[in-house]
Amino acid sequence: MADDRCTITGDPIDPCELIAAADGTDGAALLFVGIVRDHNEGREVGHLDYQAYPEMAETVLRNIVAEARSRWETGAVSVIHRIGRLEIGEVSVAIAVSSPHRGDAYSASRYVIEELKKRVPIWKREGYLDGESEWLRGSTPQPIGEGS
Amino acid sequence: MQIKALFFATYRDIAGADELEVQLPTGASVDDLVASLRSRGEGWQALPEKPAVAVNLTYSKLATALSEGDEVAFIPPVSGG
Repeated sequence: MADDRCTITGDPIDPCELIAAADGTDGAALLFVGIVRDHNEGREVGHLDYQAYPEMAETVLRNIVAEARSRWETGAVSVIHRIGRLEIGEVSVAIAVSSPHRGDAYSASRYVIEELKKRVPIWKREGYLDGESEWLRGSTPQPIGEGS
Repeated sequence: MQIKALFFATYRDIAGADELEVQLPTGASVDDLVASLRSRGEGWQALPEKPAVAVNLTYSKLATALSEGDEVAFIPPVSGG
């Protein structure tokens, strides 16, 4: 079984460290990096504050990675998401997927970031250059499976 | 029984705390917890009647029956990435 890593961290992310974990058994390694953007919906953003429910976020991330692994052939999958205050241009999230085939790596990586945005308990508040700040309106997660 | 309620992002602003210990009758559901919180005062009306919740780290339905010591997290719409 590949060595998956799902982490919520308050420290700066070094994406190269994630991709270095890919080993020689796979022919492809794909790195996705999310970066803090200086604008959103017409407003100039100065920084972001991320908050998470860390224990649950890591659990949901592990579930998402397991789902990706069941759909596509992947080697090691690493996901790391930063919380706290991030400045423009800093890395908020990085996903590294290794795979014997590049198609599977692209598909699995896309799945992980899309599902992360839908259901991992992380929130961001945008701090605007005009001094205001606002929690973003995001996706409402639903119970899955038997839910109970 | 005692339940630990956790609040994040906009819900934390409503609760004015990141966690609260709440006393509920035995057999109470998540729905009962929501009603109990919303009855605490005018500011609490901003908490939706049907919020997304996680019981002990798993997204759960509002009809879920609670047990002593359960951790119920109120999950506003998520916006990671």
